[in-house]
Amino acid sequence: MTNSKNMSIQKLLYTLQIADNALILGHRISEWCGHGPVLEQDIAITNTALDHLGQARSLYQYAATQFNALNQEEKKGLFVSSALQSLIAQGKLLDEDDLAYLRDGWDFRNVWLVEQPNKDWAYTVARSFLYDCFNYFFYTELRNSKDETLAAIAEKSLKEVTYHIRWSSEWVIRLGDGTEESHKRMQQAINDRWAYTGELVKMSEADTAMLAEGVGVDLNAIASQWQERVASVIEEATLTIPQDTWMQEGGKEGRHTEHLGYILAELQFMQRAYPNMEW
Amino acid sequence: MSTTARNISKEQVYEWLSSVTDPEVPVLTIQDLGIVRDVLIDTTDNGVPEVTVVITPTYSGCPAMDAIAMGIRMALIGKGFRNIKVEHRLSPAWTTDWMSEEGKRKLEQYGIAPPIRKAVNPLGLFEEDNVPCPRCHSTDTMLVSQFGPTSCKALYKCQSCHEPFEHFKCH
Ligand SMILES: [Zn+2]
Repeated sequence: MTNSKNMSIQKLLYTLQIADNALILGHRISEWCGHGPVLEQDIAITNTALDHLGQARSLYQYAATQFNALNQEEKKGLFVSSALQSLIAQGKLLDEDDLAYLRDGWDFRNVWLVEQPNKDWAYTVARSFLYDCFNYFFYTELRNSKDETLAAIAEKSLKEVTYHIRWSSEWVIRLGDGTEESHKRMQQAINDRWAYTGELVKMSEADTAMLAEGVGVDLNAIASQWQERVASVIEEATLTIPQDTWMQEGGKEGRHTEHLGYILAELQFMQRAYPNMEW
Repeated sequence: MSTTARNISKEQVYEWLSSVTDPEVPVLTIQDLGIVRDVLIDTTDNGVPEVTVVITPTYSGCPAMDAIAMGIRMALIGKGFRNIKVEHRLSPAWTTDWMSEEGKRKLEQYGIAPPIRKAVNPLGLFEEDNVPCPRCHSTDTMLVSQFGPTSCKALYKCQSCHEPFEHFKCH
């Protein structure tokens, strides 16, 4: 395999890593639709779900273009999903929907944080807050990517993520600096989600390869910005940052918690049961 | 006379597109919104004109974009075109600065407070814009939620006339 081909695969995996985070978090958040604590917040949180799904679409469209430009051998080696292997064997081109609906759990590269269940409002807020703080600084840097499409998606997405980080930060403060009960539960949610934050800024093979190409973002630089923002909001919320947490990881290599399987079962059911169906 | 026999100018196409409105805010045309970035007219080898309309999405997940693309096709089919392409362009990202003054005026008349440009701290918390009420013009208003019924709008309440209203967010 030549170096340039290797790089096109790395770029595809890099794009999928970002896309999968957006899709899975968007799906998780969308589970709140119709169940929000008050109407305005039901609308607010499902708006953020829509933003994530919109960003996922742009990224999957770009990933599909990259995938279709690979040679047959490279295509065959990428995904374990037998549904995709069969499309590839038939020489079909893939589109955004194939990537979202027909890959198996092992083909997904999202971090573990985004696939964690909603549980309650505090856990949902904690997950969004810890992710939004990462996503804001990540897209800020990705705007400088040498890859024009990724830079354009980042520029667009950053505007939306600016609303997300504000919304989730305000909720952490509202609950943390709220009643005794809300304080306790917000702290518990932050504590329990904390183990999944190390992976956000851990460089995967694709992260390292794309950073070297000037396409990707240096996650080590993001780590300190993330810590600073998270610490300042947590302090404002009268909460404390968990110490000595063992960090859990594996999503960027395709290893997932048991939750992803259940998400995909719901998310992919229609396309798996009725291939090519449209709304 | 069919379209094939005519010389079509860009300006003509822009004029035809002024009948296409935003399905979420029907008083605004797509020109008012500033999402039409370019119009390209090409004549194919057999003399059939092909028109490409380049639009930019307001928000990534905005469901109105599909309806708008359909509206553009319908408007141009009505003018005799058969080869119509609608392309999406992400960069430069859409901003409310591209909304026309006419559009802002129509929004206010429709009861939606138009976007106002001011310096904002992207990482600020609990900050509120001083958005005047589109009905009574009082500035004694309160932000209810940054997120409204569509991605582009926030929910406000007027403390003077007590009516709720929507604000087209500055973006
Ligand atoms: Zn009023």
